[in-house]
Amino acid sequence: MRKAIDRSVVILCGAATVLILLMLVIILGNIIAHGTARLSWEFLTQPPAQGMTAGGIFPAIYGTVLLVILMSIVAVPFGVIVAIYFAEYAKRESRFYRWTRMAVNNLAGVPSIVFGLFGLGFFVHGIGQALDKGLYGGKLLLGQPSILWASMTMAVLTLPVVIITVEETMRAVPREYREASLALGATRLQTILRVVLPQSWSGILTGAILAVSRGAGEVAPVLFTGAAYFLPRLPTRVNDQFMQLGNHIYVLATQSPDVEATKPLLYSTVLVLLVLTFLLNVTAMVIRKRMRSWASR
Amino acid sequence: MGEPVKIDVSDMNFFYGNHKALHGVNMKIRENYVTALIGPSGCGKSTFLRSLNRMNDLIPGARLEGRVNLDGENIYASSTDVIQLRRRVGMIFQRSNPFPMSIYENAAYGVRVNGLTRDRLKLDEIVERTLRAAALWDEVKDRLGKSAMSLSGGQQQRLCIARALAVQPEVLLMDEPASALDPISTAKIEELIYELKQNYTIVIVTHNMQQAARVSDESGFFLTGRLVEFSETKRLFTAPTNRETEDYITGRFG
Repeated sequence: MRKAIDRSVVILCGAATVLILLMLVIILGNIIAHGTARLSWEFLTQPPAQGMTAGGIFPAIYGTVLLVILMSIVAVPFGVIVAIYFAEYAKRESRFYRWTRMAVNNLAGVPSIVFGLFGLGFFVHGIGQALDKGLYGGKLLLGQPSILWASMTMAVLTLPVVIITVEETMRAVPREYREASLALGATRLQTILRVVLPQSWSGILTGAILAVSRGAGEVAPVLFTGAAYFLPRLPTRVNDQFMQLGNHIYVLATQSPDVEATKPLLYSTVLVLLVLTFLLNVTAMVIRKRMRSWASR
Repeated sequence: MGEPVKIDVSDMNFFYGNHKALHGVNMKIRENYVTALIGPSGCGKSTFLRSLNRMNDLIPGARLEGRVNLDGENIYASSTDVIQLRRRVGMIFQRSNPFPMSIYENAAYGVRVNGLTRDRLKLDEIVERTLRAAALWDEVKDRLGKSAMSLSGGQQQRLCIARALAVQPEVLLMDEPASALDPISTAKIEELIYELKQNYTIVIVTHNMQQAARVSDESGFFLTGRLVEFSETKRLFTAPTNRETEDYITGRFG
């Protein structure tokens, strides 16, 4: 009897695992099966045409890439600086450290639509309109949704990822190195810049890639802050709006006048986004693994 | 005892939070002497050593009472520049810890961070001189650009010594510098200590009593946070005045 229960538990657990795998296979299989048909060089390099029932998704790819680049320029340095503070300067038992650290963790758990609304309120209406009033005499330039504010919003969303990854890496740098450096008459700053950071670059890179992969896949934060339904031309200034892959999927799926006609394109767009984020995640994993084996050497 | 006192420790109490790790330690460390600190694990000898260049400052909750005078100046005075102090009082650690950089960059690190010279030729000269002083030059002169991690354990430790020498310290603190090394490497380090004594004041923590007897001029025996006995090494090992010292060095405990 006990043996039978034991066996059935094993079977149950195994079946649950297989079910999960099966779902993944169905999702991926479905997308790959339907998505490859329209995938072509033209699809990747042409703008949408004929009411989005033809053409490609180049502006959305371009916009997404630009978005994550601008986002990284802000999120990575800022995140590294905060991580330096956490790992090197803050006292671990101090109340301030515990609270700020908890705040960062909580920031990572805030639903992305909230970031979108925050971006609209804080960046677009707050900072943007204040700048317009102060610098441009009330002319509407920065006080509207744009790639700049969308990138800033995305940067706030991805900051916790960068901070947590980099802090972890910096903490993994053996204490012996810091002691050796300090014992040679180096200042704390010199120790951080010359010994700790050079050994943390892989963590910084991992954090950046994870942030980019997250930023490339999110839609909600850019929905109100800069993403456009359709734009005939690419963004050239920071206050231009832009097309974005995730948003484009949403548009193709729900806003198209003829959903059936856009379906093949929708599948291909999803496939492109999946491959993009998948590749980024794999890169981050490979770097992380290298870093681990290096650290344990 | 002709040599002047280099480091004068008086009434040192040391606390980790509420735990008192050192009780009223007094010690005069003489210039160009090798002073060995011995005692069982946890007796406070490493804590004592690390308080001589204020490495314990890094430990949260650590606190020191008493005076530590280096050339008559209290290093725990509020006016002390800790960075400057550590340049004068170098340290070699138990686990060799060269930076994951080239051999050259390891030897040059202290010179660079202290801004001692920007001249490349002068830097080359310092690197060669310190690697020679650490008896490592002949083994590494053809691969200065290689990673320090490619060296053997003994070579790494000698590189750490070279790295410490490059900033021309006056005192070298060694925390069981040979405990992780094989006998041949250990012998080399001991030879080196003997050489370095000409120019530096050396304080060495060791678990190995033969080593203490071989390399040091004076020895201190620590037990449960107290300096039980401190005297000329020869006397401490042949005619200890204290019963506990005798028990320890004859191997009855510890």
